[in-house]
Amino acid sequence: MAKRIDVSGLNAYYGSFLAIEDISMTVEPRSVTAFIGPSGCGKSTFLRTLNRMHEVTPGGRVEGKVLLDDENLYGSGIDPVAVRREVGMVFQRPNPFPTMSVYDNVAAGLRLNGKYKKSELDDIVEKSLKGANLWNEVKDRLNKPGSGLSGGQQQRLCIARAIAVEPNVLLMDEPCSALDPISTLAIEDLIGELKERFTIVIVTHNMQQAARVSDRTAFFNLAAVGQPGKLIEIDDTERIFSNPSVQATEDYISGRFG
Amino acid sequence: MTHATLSPQRSSLRGATLPKWFAWAVAAGSVVAGLGISAAAGLHSDIQWALIAALLFVFGSYGISAKVEGRRQARDRTATSLVWVAFILAVIPLASLVWETLKRGVKVLDGYFLTHSMGVVADTEPGGGIYHAILGTLQQVGLATLISVPVGVLTAIYLVEYGRGRLAKAVTFFVDVMTGIPSIVAGLFILSLWILILDMGYSGFAGAMALSILMIPVVVRSTEEMLKLVPNELREASLALGVPKWRTILKVVLPTSIGGITTGIMLAIARITGETAPVLLLVWGTNFINSNPFSDPQASLPMYIYLQYANSGGYGAAYDRAWAAALTLIAFIMILNLVARGIARWKAPKTGR
Ligand SMILES: Nc1ncnc2c1ncn2[C@@H]1O[C@H](COP(=O)(O)OP(=O)(O)OP(=O)(O)O)[C@@H](O)[C@H]1O
Ligand SMILES: [Mg+2]
Repeated sequence: MAKRIDVSGLNAYYGSFLAIEDISMTVEPRSVTAFIGPSGCGKSTFLRTLNRMHEVTPGGRVEGKVLLDDENLYGSGIDPVAVRREVGMVFQRPNPFPTMSVYDNVAAGLRLNGKYKKSELDDIVEKSLKGANLWNEVKDRLNKPGSGLSGGQQQRLCIARAIAVEPNVLLMDEPCSALDPISTLAIEDLIGELKERFTIVIVTHNMQQAARVSDRTAFFNLAAVGQPGKLIEIDDTERIFSNPSVQATEDYISGRFG
Repeated sequence: MTHATLSPQRSSLRGATLPKWFAWAVAAGSVVAGLGISAAAGLHSDIQWALIAALLFVFGSYGISAKVEGRRQARDRTATSLVWVAFILAVIPLASLVWETLKRGVKVLDGYFLTHSMGVVADTEPGGGIYHAILGTLQQVGLATLISVPVGVLTAIYLVEYGRGRLAKAVTFFVDVMTGIPSIVAGLFILSLWILILDMGYSGFAGAMALSILMIPVVVRSTEEMLKLVPNELREASLALGVPKWRTILKVVLPTSIGGITTGIMLAIARITGETAPVLLLVWGTNFINSNPFSDPQASLPMYIYLQYANSGGYGAAYDRAWAAALTLIAFIMILNLVARGIARWKAPKTGR
C-alpha cells in the first residue's frame, strides 16, 4: 500500500556541517518523484533522511518533520528499524550480499526479520523476481551466488530484494548510473510498473530519465561549495522541463541539454 | 623563444632484450664463481660463498644488462634481483630449521612415541613418549581458545560496529598495550593473582588463562581488520531492509568475514601453542598423564622439549625425544595453518556462476 510523504522544515547535518537546509515538500502516493540537481547538493542526503538511514552515518543528525501519511518518522518512540521496513531503498551501486545465493538475497529481508514457511518464501521470491523483471534470467540459477550476476541483473536483484519486504515507499539513489542502456530501460519500465503499488522517489543525473519516468520533479541546488543544499522548486515534470518558474532550474536543465 | 627539441627517438618500440634464461644463467654463474673464489681463498663458511655469489649476481646482472639493454632495464633487473636475494635470505633459515628438525626428529617419532607418556621412563633411558604432553597442550590451548575467541571477537565487533568516543579509544589503547606484553609477564600476572593470592594450585587452566592474555589482543586485532574489510554498503543494504543492527552483524557482516576471522584465530592459536614461559610458571610439568586441566600440574609440548633437552646434556635418548617433540609441535602448527587456509578458501564470498 502506497503512502504519502510530507516533509517540512527539514535540516540534515554531518557533524556540524549543515548539508541540506529547510526542505519542505509533499510526495503523492502511487507517483514517481525525481530529484535532480548538481553533484553535492544533498539529493542522496535528503533521500536517506526519508527512511532514517541518514543517522547511520557517523555524526548524521536530522531536524524537522517527515510525515508518512500522518506519522512523524522523527517523532519520539518511532523505531527506525520499523521505518525502514515501510520505506525501502535501492542504492547507486548494486550491493547483493556476497555470501548469499540469488534466492537468499531476495529472501534476506524476510528471513532476517522473522520466520516464514518455505512455501511462502518460494512464492514471495518468485513474485519479487518477476516484479523486478529478473525471474526469467535467474529462475534456473536461484541457488548460485548473487554476486555472479551481471551488474544490471544485480541491480534488479537489489530491487527484488527491496520489494520483497512489501514497503510502502521505494527510494532509489541513481539506480541506473552503473548500467547499460538496455538494463536502464528495463529498470525504467519496472519503475513504471512499480508505481501502481508503491510511492517512488528516484535520484537521477539523467534529465531524459527524469522526464521519462517521473510525474513530478524536484530541483535541488546549492549556493556555493560548503553551503547547504536547498530545494529550489518542485512541480509537475512537464512544467519543470518546459516552463520552470525559477531561472536556476531552467539554466540547469538547458545547460544539460546544451 | 625556442623550445628545446627532443632528442631523436629510436623509431621502434623494440629495444635489445636479454633472453629469459639470462637471470638463471647469471645466478648459476655467480654460484659457481662464489664457490670457486671461496675455495681459492680458503674460506670455509657457507655464508661467505653465498654472500659472494649474491653480490656477484646483483652486480653482474646489472653490468651485463646495462651494456646490452640500457640503464633503465638494468635498474629494473637490480631491483628484481635484490627482491630475490632478500626472499632467499628469508627462506634459508626457515627451510634449514624445518630440515634440521625433520632430520633429527624422525629418529624416535612413531606411533609408540605419540601414544605413551614418560611415566616410568627415566630421562636417560630410551622409550617413553609425548602423549601426556600432547594432551596437556591440546587442553591448555583449547581452554585458552575457548576464553579468547568469544572475548576477542566480541571486543572487535564492539570496536568496529559500535565503538565511538572515549571508551572505544581506551579499549583500542589497552589492546595495543596487551599486544606488547611479554609472555613471562602474563605468566607472572596469573601466578601472583591465581596461585599466590587466590591460593590455587598449578593447573592447565592457570596456564590457559595466561595464554589467553597473549591470545586475546591478537584475535581482537585480526578480527577488527577483517570486519573493517566488509563494505559499508552491505551493512546499509541490510539496515535499509529493516533488519536490526545486531542481526545485520550476525547474518551479513560476520558471514562475509568469517573466513578471515577464522584464519586470524588459527594463527593466534599457532602463536600461543609454542609459548613456554607462562606454562613453566603456571602448569609446571609432569611425566604422568593428567587429563584434568583444572587441577595439578600437566605436561605440554614446549615444556617437554625444554625439560628433555635440559636433562639430556646434548645427546642420548632424551635429546632425540626433544627433537621428536619439536617436530610434532611444528607439524601441529603447520596443520593448523593449513586448516586455516582451507577454511578461508571455503568460506570466502563466492563469485562466478
Ligand atoms: N558521510 C559524509 N560525511 C560528511 N559529509 C558528507 C557525507 N556524505 C555527504 N557529505 C556532504 O554532504 C553534501 C551533500 O552530499 P550528497 O551525497 O547528499 O550529494 P548528492 O546530491 O547526492 O551528490 P551526487 O549527485 O554527487 O550523488 C556534500 O557537500 C557532501 O560533501
Ligand atoms: Mg548522491
